[in-house]
Amino acid sequence: MREILVLGGGVGGTLVANLVGRKLKAEIAAGRARVRVVDETGDHVYQPGFMYIAMGGEPASSLVRPERSLLDARIELVVGRIERIDPAAKVVRLADGQELAWDELVVATGARILPEAIPHFATEAHHFYSAEGAARLRQALDAFTGGRIVVGIAGMPYKCPPAPLEVTFLIEAELRERGLRDGTEIHYCSPIGRAFTIESVSEMATPILAEKGVELHTFFNVEAIDPERKVVQSLEGEELPYDLLILVPPHKGARVVIESGLAPAAGWLPTDPQTLNVRGRDDIWAIGDATDLPLSKAGSTAHFEAPVVAERIAARVLGREPAAKEGVYTGKVMCFFEIGDGKGTLLRFDYDHPPQPPKPNRVWHLGKIVFNKTYWHTVPRGRI
Amino acid sequence: MTTTTITRVVDARGSYCPGPLMELIRAIREGAVGDVISVYSTDKGSKVDIPKWIEKAGHRLVALEDRDGYDEIVVEKLR
Repeated sequence: MREILVLGGGVGGTLVANLVGRKLKAEIAAGRARVRVVDETGDHVYQPGFMYIAMGGEPASSLVRPERSLLDARIELVVGRIERIDPAAKVVRLADGQELAWDELVVATGARILPEAIPHFATEAHHFYSAEGAARLRQALDAFTGGRIVVGIAGMPYKCPPAPLEVTFLIEAELRERGLRDGTEIHYCSPIGRAFTIESVSEMATPILAEKGVELHTFFNVEAIDPERKVVQSLEGEELPYDLLILVPPHKGARVVIESGLAPAAGWLPTDPQTLNVRGRDDIWAIGDATDLPLSKAGSTAHFEAPVVAERIAARVLGREPAAKEGVYTGKVMCFFEIGDGKGTLLRFDYDHPPQPPKPNRVWHLGKIVFNKTYWHTVPRGRI
Repeated sequence: MTTTTITRVVDARGSYCPGPLMELIRAIREGAVGDVISVYSTDKGSKVDIPKWIEKAGHRLVALEDRDGYDEIVVEKLR
């Protein structure tokens, strides 16, 4: 029996399990292979929707479904907290004492947010990286009547790189609609020397920030919050006063991959960019936010990585070479980018081709809305 | 070449923008005033961005050297 173990029931883990299950249908039916997904809660959360709890009236309940309902019947689900990954013994230990052996292991344990790493974050700052955080931001926006809004980034890398820009654009549009824009200053702080990491996207976004009257501060790496003076301070020595502070919290990889010695302190797994193997291990793969690849930490990345991992695992189990094209990840990512006022654009890129975002229009905004609504029936099941 | 003693090397070769800058920032955060940090980078943009960041953040660019297939950017932490 070949044991295929997938850690994490997010976009990447769910999709890779379903795809492997299909490729190894006969092996599974004959009892020669088994695919198991381990997830801490048993709930699948559509994280890209969090932003819409804050900005679009999305109820948190519509972003969660039972993981079981998204997995094909031939995939087993184990609900439990992973305590240790033992690469030498090829065993995963759960908090309830279960030990799960693997022949092939997929680590899809995602990223975690650490607002507590910045003192006073909880009381002074808002974020949209959890359902609760996004709901709290919505309340703060409802109570906002004008003043200074500061949007900043308190650590890189972070999930969904365009999100803080999108939220800035959406808040700006909302305040205009509510008649509060004249009494509001909006400041956007980027940790690097331009508005966005990818140059072509930065070139698109910078004039839009200017058009919307959002002041851009570059090289502003959030270091501390002074709650007495209501200022946010940067490592570079600048400070900005705020009435409403919105920060992307610091992120790290899963604790268990650090404690198991698979990843350094930041928690991102050293990953081969083409095969997605954890470096030095041909039986362990990393996928989605868990990797250290120089790509967006986004569901879309996991979506395009999953078929590669599934093909490579199936090839190993079936004793054949992976398909030349399907078995190599090219760095493909595709995501929608909200601009506000019902408009959006599309970022489509890979390792060798930076995005060339089309002029913002209504189509890409609607595309994002439709994609979010239909997600449950498409991505995790491998239908697109 | 510089005669300054390098106290830490950040080998960010193979890392893309903003990787080398972010790794330098991590080293600066962890270091002490007077530390001299040498960043190795193969990312072309970092050669431009890192000196700009050093100036903004109030540190000192000690050297920027072309090495064999990579750049070495040496920074002294001043505050």
